[in-house]
Amino acid sequence: MEFKTWSSPHLPVESSVNVVMRHVLLALLPGAACMTWLFGWGVVINLLIAGATALAAEAFMLILRGRPVTATLLDGSALLTGALLALALAPLAPWWIAVVGTAFAIVVAKQLYGGLGYNPFNPAMAGYVVLLVSFPLELTLWPAAGSAPELATTLAMIFTGAPPAGVAIDAITMATPMDTVRMQLGLGATLTDLGKEPLFGIIAGFGWEWVNLAYLAGGLWLLQTKVIQWQIPAAMLAGLGGMAGIFHLVNPDLYATPLFHLFSGAAMLGAFFIATDPVSACTTPLGRIWFGLGIGVITWIIRTWGGYPEGIAFAVLLMNLAAPTIDHYTRPRVFGHHDGTPR
Amino acid sequence: MAEASRKPLPPAIDPDFTRRYRFHGGLKLAGCREAASSRPIQQAGIPDQLILPLAQHIGEPAECLVKPGDTVYRGQPVARAIGRISAPVHASSSGSVLAIEPRPVPHPSGLPAPCIVIATDGRDTPAPDLPPVLDYLHTDMDTLLEHIRAAGIVGLGGAGFPTYAKLARGDAIELLVINGVECEPCIACDDGLQRERAHELIEGVRILQHIVQPAACVIAVEDNMQEAERALRAALDGRNETGIRVVNVPTIYPTGGERQLIRVLTGREVPSQGFPSDIGIIVQNVGTAAAVHDAVVKAQPLLSRIVTVTGDGVQQACNMEVLIGTPVSHLIAAAGGYTDHIERLLIGGPMMGYAVGTDAVPVIKTTNCILAVTARSMPAPPPAVPCIRCGRCTEVCPANLLPQELYWFARSGNHDAAQDYGLFDCIECGCCAHVCPSHIPLVQYYRHAKTTIWEQEKQKQKADIARLRHEARLERLERIRHEREERLAHRKQAVTGKSAGDALRQAAIQAALERVRQKKEEATATPRNTDNLTPEQQRQIEAVEQRRRERAAKSQDTD
Repeated sequence: MEFKTWSSPHLPVESSVNVVMRHVLLALLPGAACMTWLFGWGVVINLLIAGATALAAEAFMLILRGRPVTATLLDGSALLTGALLALALAPLAPWWIAVVGTAFAIVVAKQLYGGLGYNPFNPAMAGYVVLLVSFPLELTLWPAAGSAPELATTLAMIFTGAPPAGVAIDAITMATPMDTVRMQLGLGATLTDLGKEPLFGIIAGFGWEWVNLAYLAGGLWLLQTKVIQWQIPAAMLAGLGGMAGIFHLVNPDLYATPLFHLFSGAAMLGAFFIATDPVSACTTPLGRIWFGLGIGVITWIIRTWGGYPEGIAFAVLLMNLAAPTIDHYTRPRVFGHHDGTPR
Repeated sequence: MAEASRKPLPPAIDPDFTRRYRFHGGLKLAGCREAASSRPIQQAGIPDQLILPLAQHIGEPAECLVKPGDTVYRGQPVARAIGRISAPVHASSSGSVLAIEPRPVPHPSGLPAPCIVIATDGRDTPAPDLPPVLDYLHTDMDTLLEHIRAAGIVGLGGAGFPTYAKLARGDAIELLVINGVECEPCIACDDGLQRERAHELIEGVRILQHIVQPAACVIAVEDNMQEAERALRAALDGRNETGIRVVNVPTIYPTGGERQLIRVLTGREVPSQGFPSDIGIIVQNVGTAAAVHDAVVKAQPLLSRIVTVTGDGVQQACNMEVLIGTPVSHLIAAAGGYTDHIERLLIGGPMMGYAVGTDAVPVIKTTNCILAVTARSMPAPPPAVPCIRCGRCTEVCPANLLPQELYWFARSGNHDAAQDYGLFDCIECGCCAHVCPSHIPLVQYYRHAKTTIWEQEKQKQKADIARLRHEARLERLERIRHEREERLAHRKQAVTGKSAGDALRQAAIQAALERVRQKKEEATATPRNTDNLTPEQQRQIEAVEQRRRERAAKSQDTD
């Protein structure tokens, strides 16, 4: 009798890229829902625009490159890039912001480098940084947390670029807590005074602490289901919190608490969903710790001394640059390659 | 990369083996051993034909001693060992030699190899001149070793290293490990042997102990082999044995691998490219120990082994005692035949076993399992997609390699980098490929890279020899020319009485000779991976080359 042959191993495979991407998308849901609750429909509209753009741009590039379209779109990686970028955008930013950012992320940062698995930079963050340096104003259009504008106002802001007649733009947007901290410290205020304002919520800015907790929950689920590994998030949070802790101890009036840093801005989104993009991150276990630490430290430096209120995107891209070198110097000891005594 | 240095004095072994060490990675795989091990070992009987490949072990293939038409008896050697790393082959039943010809053999290459084919007569007549039964305690070591060598015993765990050669290394051995851990899930032959033949097994261990004289001896079983462990302990207690310890180890694939098992039991690592004896340890499979017992106590050479026949492609999974050389089809028939949707036939387990194209291949000394499967239990792998560097492979690699990086280098043909990242430390266990979400056939990439490197270095060796020859020729020509010129100069001098320019020419010739000599020195070869190839690897290389040639011939045909 004749049989088919192929190479070992023969046990059925355990997982797939599609499943991994789907898991990550699912884990984003609590954070996205929390943001929608706090900032209104703009979050959902951004997600829809960015998601559609991501799929269209990916399909377009795959056709140009003569690659299978349907199977690749179904892997969910383009959708995930779009979703991560959308969640980083201001909910009232005009529609073309999401389109330009996502198109850049997919076309330039991902597909021009060879598509899934070949991009040296985190596509979502590359897209976000392009927007941040090109259209800084549009990225500040955050509504005050908890006082989400009505759907009509949101739609008007997104699709016409201006609030409907009779509504002042200052009435619906508001500086985020991190913006406020930067501005007020610049004006000579101390954090002790600032901390008493209601904008700062319980630990890290009203509303933002809930968003970060929601992303933390999603991230912990990813850890538990082994979709991501602990090294990058733990090291990044340690780097960020560690820097904040040291400086806060030195001067609590000038430097915010570790808790403020860990639960404001995109800290948890960055730690569990953005820095953990495996393609552009370090791949050795030890390298991942350095990679995460680097992102945490650089994020704190940019937040504290840099020209932008949030530094995660820059930190991630800078560490993407360093990843191959870190990998080279952090290779694990291969079995049988040392003195062979128990450790 | 850390160099393979090792401590001069390894720490003493804990005589109680209370602690289990961990190796990096590994997988907890769902077991399917019960299907076969829950039933008693069955006899597969005498097939119509016995197919005995001359190469059933690591090392030189045996040399055929019979010719077609010869009558052979059970236990009669039909091929003899060539050199130290080799093993003889015996007729496992009586009959007449039908042919000596290439037949399909259980080998990943799928290529036919020389076999002795015996038509059995069913009488199972024993050979008249079988070696004597030995009282091993009162036999000198050389006789005992020669007896084991003549019995054709090789490692029955899967690698097939001649047991005699392993025992005769003469190293100071601190620890004798008897490996009762199954290589892979589904395989149950060692479990079955330990359950049913614990007494023979223990007696075999005592013989091995007597030969090796280790400071300690331990039999390792998996922590879910309670019955096997009980049987071994019962066999030991009955004899008031103290020097042999039975310990259980966690069921984590690939603990059955020699290096991993040593790590688990002692915390030590066998140096890369080294042997367990380098750190004072010898590992023998339980089946090997039982075979040693049979050879010494029953005067029976290695004629049969226990094979697990299992999988959802076969009617009745079970362990069988099978004569070496029995065609797999005979085993399947003895196990009730195939089920309806049988698709693949694997030799070995689901992780490292290889698929064979036909069930005409025989059971050989190293065949531990026949796994017949349908597409339902082991479907074809989905198409591969790009690596996303998720690192799952790194987490599970028992050699602590970076499979994703090795894949990258292997794929791009960057063989230097692949070796630098430990390509040759890969044991091809398949853990990485099993967990890969991109479904990349990683092991296949590594095997391909290894064989390509072997091949390239062989080519380079050839080129080096050719260059040396060429340089020797240049040197010779230069010398001849030089001599001729000298003669001419002499004659000229004799004629003219002058030696103008002679010193200059001499210097030029000297310089030329020096250049040639230097070039030759530069060409001195550095150590290569091909320098210490085992004959098994040689065979693999030849198989690969053969396939290349066949493919080339085929592509020419289609052109």
